[in-house]
Amino acid sequence: MTRTCQSAALWTALTLLCTPMAAQAADAERGATLYEQRCVACHSLDTSRIGPAHRGVVGRKAGGVPGFAYSPALKASDLVWTEDSLDRWLADPQSVIPGQRMNYRVADAVARADIIAFLKRQSP
Amino acid sequence: MSNPLVTTLAPVTLPNIDLGRRTLFRHTGKAMLSAAAVAMIGGVAMPTGSASAAPMQGDIDILNVALGLEHEAIAAYQIGAESGLVKGKALDAAKLFQSHHKGHRDALVSTIEKMGGKPVAPKSQADVAKALNAGSLKTQDDVLRLAAKLELGAANAYLGVIPSFSEGMLKQVAARLAADETMHWTALSGVLGLPLPTGPLSFGA
Repeated sequence: MTRTCQSAALWTALTLLCTPMAAQAADAERGATLYEQRCVACHSLDTSRIGPAHRGVVGRKAGGVPGFAYSPALKASDLVWTEDSLDRWLADPQSVIPGQRMNYRVADAVARADIIAFLKRQSP
Repeated sequence: MSNPLVTTLAPVTLPNIDLGRRTLFRHTGKAMLSAAAVAMIGGVAMPTGSASAAPMQGDIDILNVALGLEHEAIAAYQIGAESGLVKGKALDAAKLFQSHHKGHRDALVSTIEKMGGKPVAPKSQADVAKALNAGSLKTQDDVLRLAAKLELGAANAYLGVIPSFSEGMLKQVAARLAADETMHWTALSGVLGLPLPTGPLSFGA
């Protein structure tokens, strides 16, 4: 095997290792754990901190938490947070609302789905 | 008697925060300052080239979110220290970790300013205490668990913004900051007797 082929195979293996397949049911329990590990540096469910509070986010208009200092871009957006828009947002916020300030990306589609399932459970 | 936890982690080298304004290409304008600022925060060789205003504003925004996170971490450790719940070696470690966060804060403020941005101000300690529900902290372990949770979140936050930086050297700086937070989380987890992740690549996915 050439060095190029070996590198390609190694890269493919690493990519598969880091990017599990998304074709499985979202797990809100795992989402709760991921939320604790990935999101709580900036967010809480009931208190706006570095980012806005998350309870009730699914179905809410973007920029809709009273009193939180949103970016002008996010405040002007007409986006409503759905499972689909949250998935796109978590994958790459800037591609959804250019000029936003979050910029945090969750590359793993399964992790995104699980986090969104957890957030949906907090959005009666 | 020395503190084994602190001794293990020392010596600590804070980021190369201030190389002075001589390192800036002041005559080239704000759009050229990004790379120079990176040299100050990371102590690394300054790349050549320029950055357009829009991507640089994006980088400033990311750094400002990071700064908000560092402000909160400093306040959280202060709340823990002043609670009287944390004592001895754990208190020494908390003070050390807070000093790291102060170093991060200073480096971020310096970089944001030299990129032409306005650093976010810290919230009051009372506001942070309320936001973190500090009134519920009753034991040393409660305080250390909160610290561990915030440190883990911070490590993941830094890793999660790396792809969004337009300036390549800022990606490295974010990774270095994440490494510091991971060190804090690992030490706190050890003190709390929490298990380490059983699988690889548990951070930042």
